[in-house]
Amino acid sequence: MSDDSGTLMPQDMMPLWEVFIRPRTGLAHSHVGSVHASDEVMAVQAARDVYTRRGEGVSIWVVPSASITASDPDQRDENFEPTASKIYRHPSFYDIPDDVGHM
Amino acid sequence: MTGRDELADDLAGDLADDLLALLLRIGDDHLILGHRLSEWCGHAPMLEEDLALPNMALDLIGTARMCYGYAAEIEGGGRGEDDYAFLRDGTDFRHMLMVERPNGDFAHTMLRQFLFAAWMHPLWDGLTGAPDARLADHAGKAVKEMAYHIRHSGEWVIRLGDGTAESARRMRAALDDLGPYIGEMFESDDTAARLVAAGLLPDPAAVRVAFDSTVARTFTMAQLPPLEISTGISGGRAGRHGEALGHLLAEMQFMQRAYPGLTW
Repeated sequence: MSDDSGTLMPQDMMPLWEVFIRPRTGLAHSHVGSVHASDEVMAVQAARDVYTRRGEGVSIWVVPSASITASDPDQRDENFEPTASKIYRHPSFYDIPDDVGHM
Repeated sequence: MTGRDELADDLAGDLADDLLALLLRIGDDHLILGHRLSEWCGHAPMLEEDLALPNMALDLIGTARMCYGYAAEIEGGGRGEDDYAFLRDGTDFRHMLMVERPNGDFAHTMLRQFLFAAWMHPLWDGLTGAPDARLADHAGKAVKEMAYHIRHSGEWVIRLGDGTAESARRMRAALDDLGPYIGEMFESDDTAARLVAAGLLPDPAAVRVAFDSTVARTFTMAQLPPLEISTGISGGRAGRHGEALGHLLAEMQFMQRAYPGLTW
């Protein structure tokens, strides 16, 4: 693949896309990886060819990687450590009647 | 297992021979093009295409396997899939010449794939209701595969044809190179005519209309000139192939020729 000047394709012509697959109806789309593609149409095709070869899904989402806003790794302690001491937030302190069955 | 005698109950007289001929034509088209696509494995311009091209190749080889398996049953002579694929000489192959052409560059490969799928899609579509359960059943699967091949290769034809000056030049060159081989898709003969009459091939005029429509839509977006199909180079259906096939078979058939009967 070349551009007009004959050099290899630049990264801005084939940006990165994050790929999300819904394994089956009723479940949420989950992140599975990323692909390079020129645009969203090609990104969905690339995702189909790379990530659904073994029947992994029934739906694909692609999102430009540049559109993802991530939490700052430097703020990891202040973001996530305070929850470690709040185990009462887990719904494991009451009994579920047997009649309810599988939740 | 359906033998020739049993088939003869359903398919009168020569029709079993015609069906056998059809299976080898379609089977060889798919095997040879599938092999060509598989040659890209490890050589594609990007990782995504390095998976996409073998994905398409495996679709094609799957169809070839169905054709050879069915052909073997009709023939009833003890031959199997591998015998058709690996132990026939070039003159016994019945594919059209386009599919054996060397891959050329990525634009060339994608345009050839697009043209092939644009032709096979309406053909399979017409066979989904064929009065032959094996063919009709496979057609239902293959029509979806061809729809994806049209989409995948067609999007590339558009982006390369309407891309940079270099990509447009390459797509035009691919069209110039492949143009003379398109006419062979639409050739007919007595065998094909009898199959059409028996409902074992769709009406060629309808296939052509669908092909033209698919091609026109994509070529317009790809800034390519309207496709004009002329009677060009042919002979593949009669076993007259080019030099390229010899090299392809030497590689594809090497294992079975060197180690007869080898299995996985």
